[in-house]
Amino acid sequence: MQLIEIQNISKWYGEFQVLTECSTSVAKGEVVVVCGPSGSGKSTLIKCVNALEPFQTGNITVNGISLSDKKTNLPKLRSRVGMVFQNFELFPHMTIIENMTIAQEKVLGRSKEDALTKGHALLKRVGLVEQTNKFPGQLSGGQQQRVAIARALAMDPMCMLFDEPTSALDPEMVNEVLDVMVALAEEGMTMMCVTHEMGFARKVANRVVFMDRGRIVEDAHKDEFFGSPRSERAQEFLSKILSH
Amino acid sequence: MYEFDWSSIPGAIPLLLKGMLITLEISAVAIVVGIAWGTVLAVARISGVGILSKLAALYVNLFRSVPLIMVILWFYLITPELIRAIFGAGIGDIRLASALVAFALFEAAYYSEIIRAGIQSVPRGQMSAGLALGFTPGQTMRRIILPQAFRNMVPLLLTQAIILFQDTSLVYVIGLSDFFGTAYKVGDRDGRLVELLLFAGLVYFVICFTASRIVKRLQARYAID
Ligand SMILES: Nc1ncnc2c1ncn2[C@@H]1O[C@H](COP(=O)(O)OP(=O)(O)OP(=O)(O)O)[C@@H](O)[C@H]1O
Ligand SMILES: [Mg+2]
Repeated sequence: MQLIEIQNISKWYGEFQVLTECSTSVAKGEVVVVCGPSGSGKSTLIKCVNALEPFQTGNITVNGISLSDKKTNLPKLRSRVGMVFQNFELFPHMTIIENMTIAQEKVLGRSKEDALTKGHALLKRVGLVEQTNKFPGQLSGGQQQRVAIARALAMDPMCMLFDEPTSALDPEMVNEVLDVMVALAEEGMTMMCVTHEMGFARKVANRVVFMDRGRIVEDAHKDEFFGSPRSERAQEFLSKILSH
Repeated sequence: MYEFDWSSIPGAIPLLLKGMLITLEISAVAIVVGIAWGTVLAVARISGVGILSKLAALYVNLFRSVPLIMVILWFYLITPELIRAIFGAGIGDIRLASALVAFALFEAAYYSEIIRAGIQSVPRGQMSAGLALGFTPGQTMRRIILPQAFRNMVPLLLTQAIILFQDTSLVYVIGLSDFFGTAYKVGDRDGRLVELLLFAGLVYFVICFTASRIVKRLQARYAID
């Protein structure tokens, strides 16, 4: 079954077309990596999946629920789709544990104890249980991003979206975040990740989607993508990124 | 050479205190209602809902383009009946009631601009993060954006409160006996206007100077984290 189904979506900012007839899908338990040059529309595409960005034509369904359907309760849908941002976006005025529990309590209606139990368990899992009562500003970038992943997981998401989760990090912190993501993928979490970490893609991705100028140019099994990318743009992109 | 004679001040202290209470009452109401209503205006203005944000912008620009003293007079001359109709007959001194309403509505326009800037100082990603967790836009504003915005704004809000405290003296135009009005009346009565106004000025100065020192401290503290 396809958990995320992106059907022919197009999006404009005024005159400027950011996305042109993009279609792809992510099956349950699948990991799809999205890559492409800067400005190609990766962030825009992934933000369309949980309706953070509206699109003008086409449709997206998540777990069978159509985003274009006016009756769809978007906040409710988003609460079950985890999202991790490039700049972490922890809430700086709340402690780490408050970051972990607020949406569990106020959105899902969990009791305080349940939310705390879940929060602590997940912080432990990402190796940050000692940071419970600190504020985000007191943590390193890598630690903040791990909290952000744990915060999303606390909502028991049916899938996770990542928008360049490691590109704002110092190089020595990239791996601690990737390790968490790899573990998540290996547990069978459905994931759509915008990333240029090709090591990560080789290791856990099922498919790689390559975007260029608002179009999905290549959507292939990872071996095929790394072995013999069909489009020239993808070849160029790969040789550039791998030579770094 | 003018001979100072301060002797009428001690006897006037109870009256002056009563006046100060009115000054403080107007200030407090204008601050509380001004910030609350100002927040609503600010949120309306950046809501992206065409009609709401246009109305809020119109309100803010209107009040910010008119001298406060005229607003006080208008509310006193034009709205007493309306105020009585809304708040009931038992509101007491209509001058005070109309001054409270005028100040609250006027200050809201200024507060809303401070609050709008505060909201815009919060990174946009915070709204996305709130929405992504399943909060509605309203909940995200209330629980995520506004608490951060107010933290950034504390010094500006207090500075505006100090200005407002001084501006309350303008209620003399409708004959209200606030601190300044009382000092003026006592000085006039005793033929000691100079002394009373100097004294009143000193009191305003001490209060406002102390308050602005406190704001400076807060500013330094908030700047650290
Ligand atoms: N709010 C906006 N208004 C107008 N244009 C926008 C807006 N947001 C993004 N764009 C444009 O849309 C295009 C795609 O942006 P997007 O952020 O999706 O690219 P990206 O592939 O994520 O790039 P990057 O690798 O730099 O993150 C860019 O050309 C960008 O300038
Ligand atoms: Mg991007």
